[in-house]
Amino acid sequence: MLIGILALVFALARLIPGDPCRAALGERATDEICEAYNERYGLNEPIYVQFGIYLNDIAHGDLGESFRFGVPVTELLVERLPTTIELSITALLIAVVVGVPLGIISGYRHNSKTDVATMIGANIGVAMPVFWLGLMLQYVFAVLLRDTPLALPPSGKLDAGLIPTPFYEVWGWPMNGFTEFLAKFTVMNALVTFQWEILSSAMLHLILPAVALATIPMAIIARMTRSSLLDVLGLDYVRTARAKGLAERTVVVRHALRNAMLPVVTVVGLSFGALLGGAILTETIFNLAGVGKTLFDAITSRDYTVVQGFTLVVAVGFVVVNLVVDMLYTYLDPRVRVS
Amino acid sequence: MTQATANGGPVLEIRGLKTHFFTRDGVVKAVDGVDLTVEAGEIVGLVGESGCGKSVTSMSVLRLVQDPGRIVDGSIRFQGTDLLGLSDKEIRNIRGDRISMIFQQPISSLNPVYTAGFQIAEVYRVHRNMKKGPARDKALEVLREVGIPDPERRIDAYPHELSGGMAQRIMIAMALAAGPELLIADEPTTALDVTIQAQIIDLMRDVREDLGTAIILITHDLGIVAEIADRVAVMYAGEIVEEADVETLFTDPKHPYTRGLIGSIPVAGARREWLDVIPGRVPNLIDLPPGCRFAPRCRARLENDLTICTEREPALLDVGENHTARCWLYSEGRR
Repeated sequence: MLIGILALVFALARLIPGDPCRAALGERATDEICEAYNERYGLNEPIYVQFGIYLNDIAHGDLGESFRFGVPVTELLVERLPTTIELSITALLIAVVVGVPLGIISGYRHNSKTDVATMIGANIGVAMPVFWLGLMLQYVFAVLLRDTPLALPPSGKLDAGLIPTPFYEVWGWPMNGFTEFLAKFTVMNALVTFQWEILSSAMLHLILPAVALATIPMAIIARMTRSSLLDVLGLDYVRTARAKGLAERTVVVRHALRNAMLPVVTVVGLSFGALLGGAILTETIFNLAGVGKTLFDAITSRDYTVVQGFTLVVAVGFVVVNLVVDMLYTYLDPRVRVS
Repeated sequence: MTQATANGGPVLEIRGLKTHFFTRDGVVKAVDGVDLTVEAGEIVGLVGESGCGKSVTSMSVLRLVQDPGRIVDGSIRFQGTDLLGLSDKEIRNIRGDRISMIFQQPISSLNPVYTAGFQIAEVYRVHRNMKKGPARDKALEVLREVGIPDPERRIDAYPHELSGGMAQRIMIAMALAAGPELLIADEPTTALDVTIQAQIIDLMRDVREDLGTAIILITHDLGIVAEIADRVAVMYAGEIVEEADVETLFTDPKHPYTRGLIGSIPVAGARREWLDVIPGRVPNLIDLPPGCRFAPRCRARLENDLTICTEREPALLDVGENHTARCWLYSEGRR
């Protein structure tokens, strides 16, 4: 499956009109210079040869070198992936922590005012474009509320002038690609090394983009939870649970919810894909140097290797998350357990 | 199970119960003035076609009727306590402890994500405040009592690993776990194979013999009623139309509807061109006919040329010793 993704992205990247040489060196690059450029990056080979070389490199853990920045793609990933992971996880947490309870309340009290209000909100949430919401959030929290305690930073990862100390320096660990990667998780890094000022700044910077990114999955999760709970509450075993004399709370939480969460878990896994797509817009609007923004820039500058490498990582991430979801499923639902 | 026999009075006394469903199309009078008495250790059959209000009656006893349904009138006394006057917490303490229920679809009545043992043990945890471990030991004990083969293994089985008959035994074990005075069995055998049906019927009979549990058996299967019930109440369109002990009802049915029901049972070995069927359909419970609810389908009405049937509703009349029927045929001043 991953090879399929690779082939697809490889082909699509090359189908975009425009060539990397002129995108990187400017419109006035001469043919000779471009010839040399293509020669250097192997772009004058036939496509299938290029693909073969690329596959071979990947098999050896080499994602190639960025045409634009002249650094290995892996290095870019180490630097930018953590920002996106942090953003996505925060967004997913917000979506689940807010979406599931909202869904439960509206499912349990269905047709009540709360239910109607939640569902109207959820439908608006689903329909709202991320980029518009992002801009509105910025406008409200960074412009209208600028000098109030509610003001939130509209862009970047940290306040200007703050430079986090990586945990490996604090702990005296060796610096290598992996520790560097871990240290780029700004919130985690600040937390484990007790850099409170950085921690609070990093978290404040995360709020707006995470909320913008969380809205759509939150709305989807709330709607799914609601309809799934409604279905389950009408089932025979919920009646049995009530007839047994269990408290309503136990009936809902223990007997209905666990079954109702099964489809929701699937949706959460799938939302993760939407989240990564949304990250491209969110990171661009909030000026976060993450995977999404890098990918966006790479596409506009025909930086093929970066497009391919980052897409591959995103695809792997998606597959891994859904694998985790499947594993969670076997824990939640005995019917899918292999005996 | 001891209290039932101790104080002598009836276990359950339903008077004038009305449970209506307030739907968009109108008020569905699913149960409309039902009286029913169950003595200690007695098995009462509640019989009728689908949609006649049998299940709603039983759900009303435990106050399990869900929106848009509501009990609008009547009283349900369980050993002297009016169940309709209890708080939510008080009725919960009775559910599953002193009155319990089993249902038609045993497999879907069990929660698919918990083991049989867990679901039985829950009864002890909620009503006896037991911890998980001891509750499980008790669950194993009750599984043995209902004659489940290999209970040590079944206790950890999930519902999808059980057959229908096995699942119904689990349900019965769960229902009996706390030693209730009354068991309401709502079509307990309908979804099962005939041989398994017989086993479940035997099990219920044993329950009554050994534990003295009174049983309300709701079914549309007169064969089962004949086999196990002491007394039978026949329901039609939200009302009880005839009530008698089982022998009388089968040998001397009075109400034309009961006669029709008994007449429509195919007799094994007898070859007949036509089964006797009751013409027409159960009336719409929103728009009930004036007068007797069975009148539009009633042959006896035509044969006797009764006009009152379509004008006034008959009351339950004594038609013999401990035998009542709701029919103008047996009324003195009927014309």
